[in-house]
Amino acid sequence: MVTLYVDDLAVSVEKGSTILDAARKLGIYIPTLCYHPDLTTFGGCRVCMVEANGKLVTACRAPVEEGMVVRTDSSAARQVQRTVVELTLSNHNGDCLTCVKDSRCKLQEVANYVGITPERMAMLRSAVPEVEVDESNPFFKLDRTRCILCGICVRTCQEINGVAAIDFGFRGHKTTVVTIGNKGLAESRCESCGECLERCPTGALARKDYEQPSREVKSVCPYCGVGCGIYLGVRGDRVVSVRGDKDSPVNSGQLCVKGRFGYHFINHPDRLTAPLIKRDGVFVEASWDEALDLVAARFLETAKHYGPDALAGISSARCTTEENYLFQKLLRFLGTNNIDHCARL
Amino acid sequence: MCVENFEVSLNEVFSRFKGRREELIPVLQAAQAAFGYLPVEVMKEIAGFISVPESQVYGVATFYAQFYFSRRGKHTVKVCLGTACHVKGGGRLMEAFERELGVECGCVIPDYQFGLERVNCVGACAIAPVVMVGEDVYGHMESNRVKEVLDKYEKGS
Amino acid sequence: MRKVLEPLRQEAIQRWQALQNSDKPVILVGAATCGRASGALDVMAAIEDKLREQGRDAIVRQVGCIGKCHSEVLVDIIKPGRPRITYGHITPELAKQLVEDYLVNDNPRTDLAVCAASGEETDIPCADELPDSKHQIRVVMCNCGHIDPGSIDDYLAQDGYMGLAKALEMTPQEIIEVLKQSGLRGRGGAGFPAGRKWESCLKAKSDQKYVICNADEGDPGAFMDRSVLEGDPYSVIEGMAIAGYAIGASKGYVYVRAEYPLAIRQLRLAIQQAKEKNLLGKNILGSGFDFELEIFQGAGAFVCGESTALVLSIEGRRGMPKPLPRPRTTEEGLWGKPTLLNNVKTFACVAQIIHRGAEWFKSIGTEKCPGTAVFALTGKVNKSGLIEVPMGIQLKKIIYEIGGGVAGGREFKAVQTGGPSGGCLPADLLDLPVDFDSLTAAGSMMGSGGMVVMDDSTCMVDVARYFLEFTLEESCGQCTPCRVGTEQMLKILHDICEGKGREEDIDLLVEMGKAIIDGSICGLGQSAPNPVLSTIRYFRDEYEAHIREKRCPALVCKKLIYYRIDPDKCQACGRCLKACPVQAITGAKKTPHVIDLSKCTKCGVCFEICPDRFSAVERKTGQAEELN
Repeated sequence: MVTLYVDDLAVSVEKGSTILDAARKLGIYIPTLCYHPDLTTFGGCRVCMVEANGKLVTACRAPVEEGMVVRTDSSAARQVQRTVVELTLSNHNGDCLTCVKDSRCKLQEVANYVGITPERMAMLRSAVPEVEVDESNPFFKLDRTRCILCGICVRTCQEINGVAAIDFGFRGHKTTVVTIGNKGLAESRCESCGECLERCPTGALARKDYEQPSREVKSVCPYCGVGCGIYLGVRGDRVVSVRGDKDSPVNSGQLCVKGRFGYHFINHPDRLTAPLIKRDGVFVEASWDEALDLVAARFLETAKHYGPDALAGISSARCTTEENYLFQKLLRFLGTNNIDHCARL
Repeated sequence: MCVENFEVSLNEVFSRFKGRREELIPVLQAAQAAFGYLPVEVMKEIAGFISVPESQVYGVATFYAQFYFSRRGKHTVKVCLGTACHVKGGGRLMEAFERELGVECGCVIPDYQFGLERVNCVGACAIAPVVMVGEDVYGHMESNRVKEVLDKYEKGS
Repeated sequence: MRKVLEPLRQEAIQRWQALQNSDKPVILVGAATCGRASGALDVMAAIEDKLREQGRDAIVRQVGCIGKCHSEVLVDIIKPGRPRITYGHITPELAKQLVEDYLVNDNPRTDLAVCAASGEETDIPCADELPDSKHQIRVVMCNCGHIDPGSIDDYLAQDGYMGLAKALEMTPQEIIEVLKQSGLRGRGGAGFPAGRKWESCLKAKSDQKYVICNADEGDPGAFMDRSVLEGDPYSVIEGMAIAGYAIGASKGYVYVRAEYPLAIRQLRLAIQQAKEKNLLGKNILGSGFDFELEIFQGAGAFVCGESTALVLSIEGRRGMPKPLPRPRTTEEGLWGKPTLLNNVKTFACVAQIIHRGAEWFKSIGTEKCPGTAVFALTGKVNKSGLIEVPMGIQLKKIIYEIGGGVAGGREFKAVQTGGPSGGCLPADLLDLPVDFDSLTAAGSMMGSGGMVVMDDSTCMVDVARYFLEFTLEESCGQCTPCRVGTEQMLKILHDICEGKGREEDIDLLVEMGKAIIDGSICGLGQSAPNPVLSTIRYFRDEYEAHIREKRCPALVCKKLIYYRIDPDKCQACGRCLKACPVQAITGAKKTPHVIDLSKCTKCGVCFEICPDRFSAVERKTGQAEELN
């Protein structure tokens, strides 16, 4: 263990911890933008600059040392923090009211902490890039005018998902998050898992149809057999969002494209709520007894005429393992091994 | 240039390498030498060859000034804007070329005869301002010689 | 090992002497990139044609850059029994004439001569006494322009490889001690003591280590490293081999800009020759030491001059410097192995330091900065060129004696050193000694060696803007202060240059500049504001003239100048009228021409085309009377 002093408070942390870890243990706030606990540290945003033993360092990277004296609010640290945030804002689309991340935005939080005045901002020249929003992905958009190049999405795609559909492209003030050929996300290898937008500190990566839920309900994703823990966001009687449950031992908060974005069927008008039987070429609502009798009769009839191998069954990935077990039992009882289900992504 | 048949030349390029990660930049250089620039399809093939995600091939290629992503002009005019050329009026020279060619720096004229670029020092500071057309160097350039220089290439093309 | 080298050396010396004492004339053409840009290859072809035509036999050789760029193309002729005479400004026509006059008719054409090797030629100044030569000491460039860079024998005949042979008889620690005693500091710009760097690499434990030579010279206005590689690649290779032995590395890379095709070609040839003579490769000189060298072509990124970025670039990644804290490259560099990275000129010094001893090196330069500094002296100076001077020499000696003063008799305003990371120094600092520490203290830096002289027609705000534009493009883009900060500063400078500056902008630039220095990840960002801060420090009045009076005193900033034709001087020749690309000039025969300022785009074509004998077109600053 290493003991150090952050703003005069002593704290002991594991060797190899960072100043940020130590400060957080003490409950001391240090602003960060590019830091994310799930990812490797990057150190590019420079807002977590603090003074350690008289030298300016990034708290997210600097390892603690025995007896180290850290000042999170020295005038030198404050000056860099403030300039960095001002610069970031000069480069950022500041139309907050139309941004889905408004009030949940990390940049807003950090700007509030360092203190940004309208007089200072008026002294700076606007350097917001003029780029079209990438709307090609059906579920979310990439608005580069709101991107602060923290690289969290890039690292997420590489480290969490292993897809690496995006990377930093170009350099200098032209640096931007790119896919190959700088084409839309839909044309890339992106699997739309949405892990990046869950971590994006600003509104650069955001859901297209975002609605703020009024309450959340803990549940399990119904799609495949993995059983990811989720929170369904509910508004009135509608499900308006899904997010991964970080505490779930199954997925630690991660989700795939279906789990995260495929919830619209719940409230969809076309969703089946009762069995349908086709009569004279038209589907007509029927009772379960009617439907099951019809299925049983047709199964027996088909097996009799063409043999049991003429039967096949496909079950749903939304079924539980037990349900699937029963389903295959049923088909084998009918004498066929033609069984499959759609639990593939 | 025939990008359609790139597989043939790309295999030739690949045959000179082992497909290791550290060969990415040399492979990109060799591919550009073969095609004149780096078409997206070529970069995708390179990603497969080196076993690197496509986005990273593009990320690396766009980081370095040497690589081009669209077809270049038959003759590339490079106006030197190194410090010595800058203080001796390289900027005005660039404007003169932009005016004469009708395109901005970094662009290629519609018939692909000329491309216009800036370069940050060709090391011929003693004869600044300097302009290069292809491999030819023109020292002590002046705005009123721009047309004359370009004409040499237009006729010979 | 010196015994093993001796037969190679003797053979080379014999060949060299045979050439020096040849009964045929020897003609040397300076054919480095700068010479070629001025037409050296055409001159060489013309000489060979003429010799053939005249039926004369002579030895024609290519040599590297001798440094007198202001007189390119340079041709040296050594006639048997006569001193070596250097001719300048040679064109193919003059070359033919020279062959005829000097070789055939024995007229040494003193009118074309720049200097002669000794004082025997009465009408030609002696080379060592030329004002631009007498302050120069050649260590790094001692062979440049002297040997044929394609002949390892030439190099061996100049005591080449004596350093390596001696080093192989020493222990690594002994070599490092010599280096430490010599006080050699890295020539890449920052001036870190080379001996300490090597020692840290020697101490790092690893099965594999690497030596990398940084030849990714990216400063605009700097071409020292290129000239060394083009003129004497062997000295760099030898220095690297010594480094490999000293730190325990068997593999080295030379990281050269791909934009330096000639340097790459010469280097490749030199590596090949060194291998053939067993001065590179397995069991060098029978010592049991192996060292392989590979060339890596840098794909064009200034930031790759930074060690971690350069390493990433060799690994095939984006050259984004690694933020501190991180292990030093000497401990964890290329592929995580200890890596020694030095500049071309640093390696070029090493072999001579080992061969001649630390004391010899310390006898040159100053106590804290021994040795020489190589500069590409350019800009508004009479004699542009590549110079090598002892550390500690005064700036004014370089500019006025070596450079021959400001061109066109204009007034000296500033000298810029250190490229985009450096700063501009004013006239009252001309007494400043040139070394790492003095330049840094004055707000500039040594950098890798660009030195650009500026006169009163250079606008300092525009110069600051120029350098910032460069860093903006070359920033790797990962950290906010550098990526956005340089863009913000540049926007402010643009506004100032366009007369839209605000009173508070100067203080804002200073404040922001300091935060960028404190907050950036690497040396590029940490020095990016230097050109702005140094020009504000020394030329604040120019900033104020732009902001308060909307004037550009140097008549450079386009938005703040206008053109006007002086009716008293205009001879109505019609040249400007025809040349104007936007038909802004009206006039007729015998009627003085007039510029319609509402149409004028300020391209300056009229100004350039107006014959010097009239000089009727004037460039002015401030509000044009006509627009009032």
